[in-house]
Amino acid sequence: MIALLIRDLRLSVRAGGGFGLGLAFFLIVTILVPFGVGPEGDILARIAPGILWVGALLACLLSLDRVFQLDFEDGTLDILATSPIPMEGLVMVKALAHWLTTGLPLVLAAPVFAMLMQLEGPGQVWLFFSLALGTPALSMIGSFGAALTVGLKRGGLLVSLLVLPLYVPTLIFGAEAARRGAAGLEATTPLLLLAGITAGSLALIPFASAAAIRINLR
Amino acid sequence: MDKSIEMKVENLAVGRSGVPVLEGISFALAPGQVMVLRGPNGSGKTTLLRTLAGLQLPMAGSISVPGESIAYGAHADGLKSTLSVRENLDFWAKIHATDNVDEVLERFNLTALADRPAANLSAGQKRRLGLARLLVSGRAIWLLDEPTVSLDVASVEIFAQAVRDHVAAGGAALIATHIDLRLEADLFDVTDLRADPDGATALAGAFDEAFA
Repeated sequence: MIALLIRDLRLSVRAGGGFGLGLAFFLIVTILVPFGVGPEGDILARIAPGILWVGALLACLLSLDRVFQLDFEDGTLDILATSPIPMEGLVMVKALAHWLTTGLPLVLAAPVFAMLMQLEGPGQVWLFFSLALGTPALSMIGSFGAALTVGLKRGGLLVSLLVLPLYVPTLIFGAEAARRGAAGLEATTPLLLLAGITAGSLALIPFASAAAIRINLR
Repeated sequence: MDKSIEMKVENLAVGRSGVPVLEGISFALAPGQVMVLRGPNGSGKTTLLRTLAGLQLPMAGSISVPGESIAYGAHADGLKSTLSVRENLDFWAKIHATDNVDEVLERFNLTALADRPAANLSAGQKRRLGLARLLVSGRAIWLLDEPTVSLDVASVEIFAQAVRDHVAAGGAALIATHIDLRLEADLFDVTDLRADPDGATALAGAFDEAFA
């Protein structure tokens, strides 16, 4: 399974792998919002946690359709399905690789990008922690959407439609934790709920994704 | 390699999307045996091989085969175009926990191409690399779907020799092919086993699938 992770990471940094695509998209969104909203610092600081969370979520979505599709098209998924790796382990590794190439860069860059939105001090810290807790859930839920649509031509758009509603709880608690933290309020409750969503999706979604892939390979 | 492998198929029916394609398939594939699967285009050879590999569920009948003994070689080779020949093969070696990559590269005449990205290979070279994966997998039963497509005469001979050595070592192979590989093989013709897709069985199959 480590071999699979290393291969996926290696593929993502080679030509056409899409590494950094989500990060660049996230940067552009955070640059565009102040242009649209205007230069008032206090308004920007107020909407920053929500905007940054939505931006991170959409950036995650960009690379989701590639999670299984490329392996499906070149026949690798068939061969992997007959390999010693259990399907549940395979989808876990795939989601982990997606998080490492898309989610983790967003988490690390978010505090820096937050300055473009006039979000500073404790707000940056809370944004960082809420994203660090929440983005694994985004990758897990997203990989489930990708597993459902693998094999469909132009499945990317369908993934977005399937996955975005499922992202709502993660977004609500993530943005709420960041907002409360930035305003100096108690943020433990939304953070705990966010951690619960991540833990729950890590525990349950691999089974659902594996079942979806098995059906799609038939 | 486990030498006591045997694949037994009894009264198997396979289909695609609930429509039966082949029915009443029974055969046994013993260690050291090569079986060539024959049948016209669209007769269900690929469906049969996918079912045997466990990628599809049989519609009826039973397949008995020891777990983790099957290497499936499909039309697609499962190559990553941005990885080099060696990286592609190394990946499958790690997945299957084997370490004979250099030896296999040499066998399939790929050593000189080892550092070339798979994107720059010709169709025949890609096919050779895809077949090389079978040796790297260390699995005993090879299920191959038209393995010789885009191979030249010399490469077909390399492949045939690999199959001969594989069965000599106690492996087995079931190969769907239209050309003569010059192997000592038993013939299994599926032409007479084709299911009637318009018959009552087709409907029953579709209902079974819907309520499965």
